[in-house]
Amino acid sequence: MTLDLPLVFTVLMGVAVLAYVVLDGYDLGVGMLMPAGDEQEQDVMIASIGPFWDANETWLVLGVGLLLVAFPVAHGVILGALYLPVVAMLIGLMLRGAAFEFRIKAEGWHRELWNWLFWFGSFLASLAQGLMLGSYITGFESGIGYFLFSLIVAGGVCGGYVLLGSTWLILRTEGALQKKAIGWTRWGLMWVAVGVALVSLATPLASETVRDRWFDFPRTTALILLPLATAVAWLWVWCLTGRLRNGETAPEWGPFAGAVAIYVLAFLGLAYSLFPYIVMDRLTIWEAAAHPSALGVVLAGALTVLPFIIGYTAFSYRVFRGKVRSERYE
Amino acid sequence: METGNVLLLARAQFGLNIAFHILFPSITVALAWILVYFRARYARTGDAAWLDTYRLWTKIFALTFAMGVVSGIVMSFQFGTNWPGYMNHVGNIAGPLLAYEVLTAFFLEATFLGVMLFGMNRVPPWMHMTATVLVALGTTLSAFWILALNSWMQTPSGYVYTADGQIIAGNWLEVIFNPSFPYRFTHMMLASGLTAAFLIAGLSAWRLLNESRDTSALKTLRTGVMVAAILAPIQIFVGDLHGLNTLEHQPAKIAAVEAIWQTGKDVPLVLFAIPNDRTQRNDYAIEIPKLASLVLKHDASAELKGIDAFAPDAPPVAPVFFAFRVMVGMGVLMLALSWLGIWRMRGSSHPPRWLLWAFASFTFSGWVATLAGWLVTETGRQPWLVTGLLRTADAAGAVGGAQLGASLTGYILTCSLMLLAYMVVLTHLAGKGSHSAAPRPATMPAGAAHDA
Repeated sequence: MTLDLPLVFTVLMGVAVLAYVVLDGYDLGVGMLMPAGDEQEQDVMIASIGPFWDANETWLVLGVGLLLVAFPVAHGVILGALYLPVVAMLIGLMLRGAAFEFRIKAEGWHRELWNWLFWFGSFLASLAQGLMLGSYITGFESGIGYFLFSLIVAGGVCGGYVLLGSTWLILRTEGALQKKAIGWTRWGLMWVAVGVALVSLATPLASETVRDRWFDFPRTTALILLPLATAVAWLWVWCLTGRLRNGETAPEWGPFAGAVAIYVLAFLGLAYSLFPYIVMDRLTIWEAAAHPSALGVVLAGALTVLPFIIGYTAFSYRVFRGKVRSERYE
Repeated sequence: METGNVLLLARAQFGLNIAFHILFPSITVALAWILVYFRARYARTGDAAWLDTYRLWTKIFALTFAMGVVSGIVMSFQFGTNWPGYMNHVGNIAGPLLAYEVLTAFFLEATFLGVMLFGMNRVPPWMHMTATVLVALGTTLSAFWILALNSWMQTPSGYVYTADGQIIAGNWLEVIFNPSFPYRFTHMMLASGLTAAFLIAGLSAWRLLNESRDTSALKTLRTGVMVAAILAPIQIFVGDLHGLNTLEHQPAKIAAVEAIWQTGKDVPLVLFAIPNDRTQRNDYAIEIPKLASLVLKHDASAELKGIDAFAPDAPPVAPVFFAFRVMVGMGVLMLALSWLGIWRMRGSSHPPRWLLWAFASFTFSGWVATLAGWLVTETGRQPWLVTGLLRTADAAGAVGGAQLGASLTGYILTCSLMLLAYMVVLTHLAGKGSHSAAPRPATMPAGAAHDA
């Protein structure tokens, strides 16, 4: 039996994109929450993502790189169709990356300006990613209805990032800021609930393919597990944050894990809805795949190097574990 | 909008971004290794001045690195948005090379940069030293892969055609170590060394102009000048070898560099001229008879191919000709200034103010030379995107002129804002000196260690 390389690469790319939305998701979320903190809290919020954001964004480069390598035809079609939101996202990412470094070195109103640009860049990038996703699901259909659909998806994505960001802050901070983050998480949860509901209602309306996929009973009965599990994760985060808010003991990593679970489940649902299309209704992964020789050499490299990447990423999170607190710098 | 203008916009946009991007790696690739040196000096001597120096330059490195990361992300998308034909034609070669860069270099440098910046008090010193080395290794590996790809586009080798006409790699080693790669890689690494050396010397001189008793700044000025004085002559030698390699594999580029319009013997070396594309000759030319033949072929009467031998697949002459002279001129000035610096600062004598002003004004000289060099090599490859295999015009996408125009405006605004802020912040940081990088007793978030 020969290896189904396009399928293997679809899984690899999925893993990279999922790693990206979860990892950069929490630091984009922290960025969007910036205006809600006071000046000192903003420093702590930024410090909580400081050692990680560079590497987090690298997953985006890996995701788009794998798309480029494995599915060159789809890469051209997708990035051509999503041209303007991609540009908006890139400008957002540029602004926030630069603002992250500049705000540290600035004082007075300069610092305020970079804070603001950091927020704006985070928001612009998240919004653009949501618009890209919305447009991607519908196979890049244009028209006001489809744009509204994309806006709904973008709202859901932003809400999800805020949820990831606020639960990250619960994990990494303490005291007044952590209390605030608990409040933000509960707002984020409601936002995500509305977002997920709207997207779930709108997607089968916007795409016939998805409609057929979802409601092909009884073959798809097992599919009900996805929304059920999502609801369980949602409730779990809600209960945990409720207990934390009342000063009861609850695992502080719990809300973040729950938020990640919600994202993973949503991602699985999306993957199920799209597969095997890489460009909805137009190109399957097998039609778009690159030559096996190129795929083979990249797969060998990826399988060799990825364990190392995962290893030293884990090492980095271990080094910077614990609370980001105000402490004397030796 | 007609296709020609759209192509021009696509090229302008990509050119702007790649030029903006290269400013930052051209500093970080070599600066990372200089940080290893500062870190090692501190580890060996325990002298706090080296630690201050390391901290200050780590801040500058972090800022530069972040600019490189974000502008690099833009490029990874523009391969698809601006040049879909590129991936369709040579994706089976370019894709794996880019993937290897991401896998082996990007994650390594990004992750260990976190440890390097924020982890000094969290990991043992040997681990921190290792992180510093790994970041440097990552930046160099990154340059290795991207220059392998760029060189392959200049001088493709090791590829084969499949039965259905696709280009795939026949021999990966030949793809990576293609004919121009060793020269281009060495040339670029030295360029980075010179860029970083003049940046360090320039910002240190700027600091000394503000505060002449800053011993750390004096140390880094000496380091920068010394590195520049050693690398500049090597670079000129390697550049010459690179040129001879280009003559062998891309003679059309050399014809443009030397503004040789007609194939002939006894070719003079054109020192200065205004190449005239319409009349296919040089106006106001100042030439030295037979010298081009002598320099390029080591035979004063040897025949050299002119633009006419390659038309219509010949590069535009004027931009290549002028950019080459800017690059060489900067190289010669950098050599002269660094050697003058060594001579004036021999022993323990304090550098005079005029010399400090000279170095301060050369802070970003490496950028000028690097950009000019890139203009020579990339414009000199035209009209090919991949020499002999794919024309630039055939790789452009279907994105409309209006979208390109709008996004170009957005990019220009963002890039200019960032570049301005970058240069202001660098000068500001350097003006304050490295002591302000030393620990201060105030309380602050642990993670924000490098903001101190």
